[in-house]
Amino acid sequence: MNSPLDGLPPDLVRGLTSPRLSRRRALQIGGLSALGLSLAACGIPAAPGSKLGLHAAREQITKFWMQHAKNTGQLNFENWPLYIDVGKGNDHPSLDLFTKQTGIKVKYDEGIQDDDSYFGKIQPVLAAGQSIGWDIIVITNGIYLDRLVNLDYLIPLDQNAMPNFYANASPLVLDPSFDRGNVYTMAWQSGMTGIAYNPKYIDREITSWEDLQDPAFRGKIGMFADIEDTPNSALCAIGVNPETSTEADWRKAADWLKKQRPLVRKYYQQDYVAPLSKGDLWISLAWSGDIFQANASGSNLKFVVPKEGAPLWTDNMCIPVHAQHPRDAMTYMDWVYQPKIATMLAEYINYITPVPATQPLIMADAKAAKSKDDKEFYTQLAESPLIFPSKADYSKLHRYRVLDSAEEQVWDSLFEPIYQS
Amino acid sequence: MTALTGEALELAEEHPTQQRRRRRLHGRWALPLWGWLVIAWLCAPIIVMIVFGFNNYPGKFNTNWHGFTFKWYRHLFAIGDLTTSLENSLSIAAIVTVIATILGTLLGMSLGRYRFFGSGSVNLLLFANIAAPEIVLGAALLSFFLTLGIPRGYWTIVIAHVMFSIAYVAVTVKARMAGMDPALEEASRDLGAGPVVTFFRVTLPMLMPGVLAGALLTFALSIDDYIITSFNNGSTQTFPLWVYGASQRNGGSVPAQVNVMGTLIFGFGVLVAVIGFAVNREKKVRDSS
Amino acid sequence: MTWSRLRAKLAPYWLVLPAWLWLVIFFVVPTLVMLSVSTMTGNLLDGFKQTWHWSTYSHGWSLYHVQFVRSIVYGLIATALCLVIAYPVAYWIAFRGGRHKSSLLFLLLLPFFVSFVIRTQSWGFILSDHGLALNWARDLHVLGLLKDVHLVSSSGSILQTPVAVVGGLVYNFLPFTVLPIYVALERVDPALLEASSDLYANKASAFSKVVLPLSMPGVFAAVLLTFVPVASDYVNATILGGTKTTMIGNIIQTEYFTNSDYPTAAALSFILMAALLIGVFAYARALGTEDVLEMAAR
Repeated sequence: MNSPLDGLPPDLVRGLTSPRLSRRRALQIGGLSALGLSLAACGIPAAPGSKLGLHAAREQITKFWMQHAKNTGQLNFENWPLYIDVGKGNDHPSLDLFTKQTGIKVKYDEGIQDDDSYFGKIQPVLAAGQSIGWDIIVITNGIYLDRLVNLDYLIPLDQNAMPNFYANASPLVLDPSFDRGNVYTMAWQSGMTGIAYNPKYIDREITSWEDLQDPAFRGKIGMFADIEDTPNSALCAIGVNPETSTEADWRKAADWLKKQRPLVRKYYQQDYVAPLSKGDLWISLAWSGDIFQANASGSNLKFVVPKEGAPLWTDNMCIPVHAQHPRDAMTYMDWVYQPKIATMLAEYINYITPVPATQPLIMADAKAAKSKDDKEFYTQLAESPLIFPSKADYSKLHRYRVLDSAEEQVWDSLFEPIYQS
Repeated sequence: MTALTGEALELAEEHPTQQRRRRRLHGRWALPLWGWLVIAWLCAPIIVMIVFGFNNYPGKFNTNWHGFTFKWYRHLFAIGDLTTSLENSLSIAAIVTVIATILGTLLGMSLGRYRFFGSGSVNLLLFANIAAPEIVLGAALLSFFLTLGIPRGYWTIVIAHVMFSIAYVAVTVKARMAGMDPALEEASRDLGAGPVVTFFRVTLPMLMPGVLAGALLTFALSIDDYIITSFNNGSTQTFPLWVYGASQRNGGSVPAQVNVMGTLIFGFGVLVAVIGFAVNREKKVRDSS
Repeated sequence: MTWSRLRAKLAPYWLVLPAWLWLVIFFVVPTLVMLSVSTMTGNLLDGFKQTWHWSTYSHGWSLYHVQFVRSIVYGLIATALCLVIAYPVAYWIAFRGGRHKSSLLFLLLLPFFVSFVIRTQSWGFILSDHGLALNWARDLHVLGLLKDVHLVSSSGSILQTPVAVVGGLVYNFLPFTVLPIYVALERVDPALLEASSDLYANKASAFSKVVLPLSMPGVFAAVLLTFVPVASDYVNATILGGTKTTMIGNIIQTEYFTNSDYPTAAALSFILMAALLIGVFAYARALGTEDVLEMAAR
């Protein structure tokens, strides 16, 4: 594969693969990918020193967005199933409202089953230089998003077209470590990875990751068969901030997990909630949104953000290369950052909303709700620390470690054998 | 074997009463009991599915029992994407069953009947096809479609499903064909029937159980395939894809409408089987009278 | 050679041709592409280049032989159980099904028209620690016994043990065993059964001398259609398995999706395919034939 980085200053190339990027650096790199894009698309001859500088790169992004200044009236949006509001008659009210307000028709599809299989499917298409047919896709931060960025498969966003985002986005998703400066992504929804337990079987209070190593719970402990959540949680457990962790820390975290392994019942995919409510599991690694929904469905589970800190993940909207309607995508991505719209989504999805200003609006809906059930549900939602984390929780939440490809190999070889053997 | 068959047939004709008596002694209830037990075991998870289609659960997780309701039946089509995906799956499975059954039957017939140059390599091909892990098939096929610039969607799913179903039909039909006496077909031709008439009047009826079994396997394989489909579906959704995806952001739980749709498919199947029983019983009565 | 003789000679080829073309275009060609991928080196970012790096194979084997062997063992156990369960069922339908044969077969297949996610979820419900199955075992006071024979783990679970995985495999692949055996048995003339029970002293030898040999092509096909896909399965180990039940199918998944290590995933797949094919042909030879075909054709 011919890298668009060939012939660039080496420190820039290092910049691309370095795990932690300054905001400015990331913007520069964002520009570079756009440059790669337009080079491929228009065949501009490479003239070192003049056309390959950072200034030129930024210019290319601007030029790209100038070329796509107008909405085309069509948007193709691919998301996860059950990850948007659903109305009475098989429709999605927020999408209908979007079409009404902007005149942009939306083709909405729930075709993403998994980050890994989705990446496995689109990667060959994008590598072949073809369009995947979607203008917005939703990808979790982590190795797959990193790969999309590193492979130049995402179009840098038009920073001038994000007024609602910059006005309303929560600090949790503004300028996140995995995408400094929001060059490529805007958050769709987020969640915390913490500990859930069933108080029917565990009568003491759970506060620490160490509780996941309590021999009293042997055979009733659940972990994830996941290359992000399990290792990053273990890093938190040994008292390290995953974002700034070193290889030595990873080895310690792997040892922590190995020590825990004999006690673990299973490394689950996503199917840990039912075992937790039924008693196959007493305590498990868990996602905040799942536990909120399980309790809304009649279970009585507790979720804690351990005192050592916990990972925070975000599903992100992004624009894949060769998208046919990038401007319409920009319009939509910013449009959902209006508190009113974000409320429509939050009331259905029940994960952490990227717009904190939805909280009073959900309270207002609770007051206005006619049925007792609705009132109860909205109140529960607005007051839940799982949807609106407390300030104290905020400070304990960390992002996944961003890995370059060499680091990823070490990371994989350390952590994969633990959940797969 | 033929000699034995002839001898045995003669013997059978000689002792019709003894024959009937023995049949009665021949484990009259043990076999049916075992058969129905196995069917019950196969249906056990289906019963759980049906029950949870009536579960009046609040929220989004259909994991614990909360009381009886019909509301999921009333709101069966409330999830548009789910409905579309089920329609796709059913029609794809139907098309795939027709194509794969025809191709696989011809292949199985040929392998079961003739010894020809290259038949060994065709065998190898079939077993390699069954042995290939799905992920490799899926990924390989995707890169193939990409290279040729074929857009992925409904028809690439059909192509892929036919590809992995042919071998199952062929092996099943071959096992049927293997012991068939070619003399019957020769006799038919000697009596002046053309090859087409012979095929439809003699060969196919004798092969039918094998063909039917292959078709059933194909339908079951196609309607439940996840991995290969996920590579080659483009933007076409199928039922297993949607259901699996839905379970991913819902802690492994799927909405009750999925249970209801499963129940309806199952119920429809049972209805077909029951009608089959009734029709056959009537025929039997008619034939014996 | 006359025209009609030539046509007769070509007949098998005409029958094979459509399916053969389909398989060559949509299976062989893509598989050859994957074969070439298996000897490439590189990574996602820099791309993969053909370097004829065959040691990916030996490396893959040395890393994952445990899972390979486990898959084969699970496959053998599951196939044996499938045969034991399926043969009487096939026999029942073939000889006692009368006019209801097709309906019964259909009924047998029906549960598999429902999505695997729902089926396995339901098994999770039935087999869970406080679920129906173990509650009954407790009520009937057989839990201790089940633990003694290792059907239930010492901590009182079925789920997440090898028992659950093999059980799931047997459940999900039973139709692949029943149907071929049924197809072969159905061909046997019932009159032959009666005759043979007259001919031989007891029912057992009548069965073993007449019916069983006649059904062998079906049993052979059943073993292939069951063992081969079972050994490469990953779904059951994923959903019903625990920390010590990973199969080679799961490893291939991870190598492909999580690691984007396409060469290793491809190499492991070809090792698996080769092992299964060698097994299949060894099996055919053990039964006294050099050609897999010939076995069924006798």
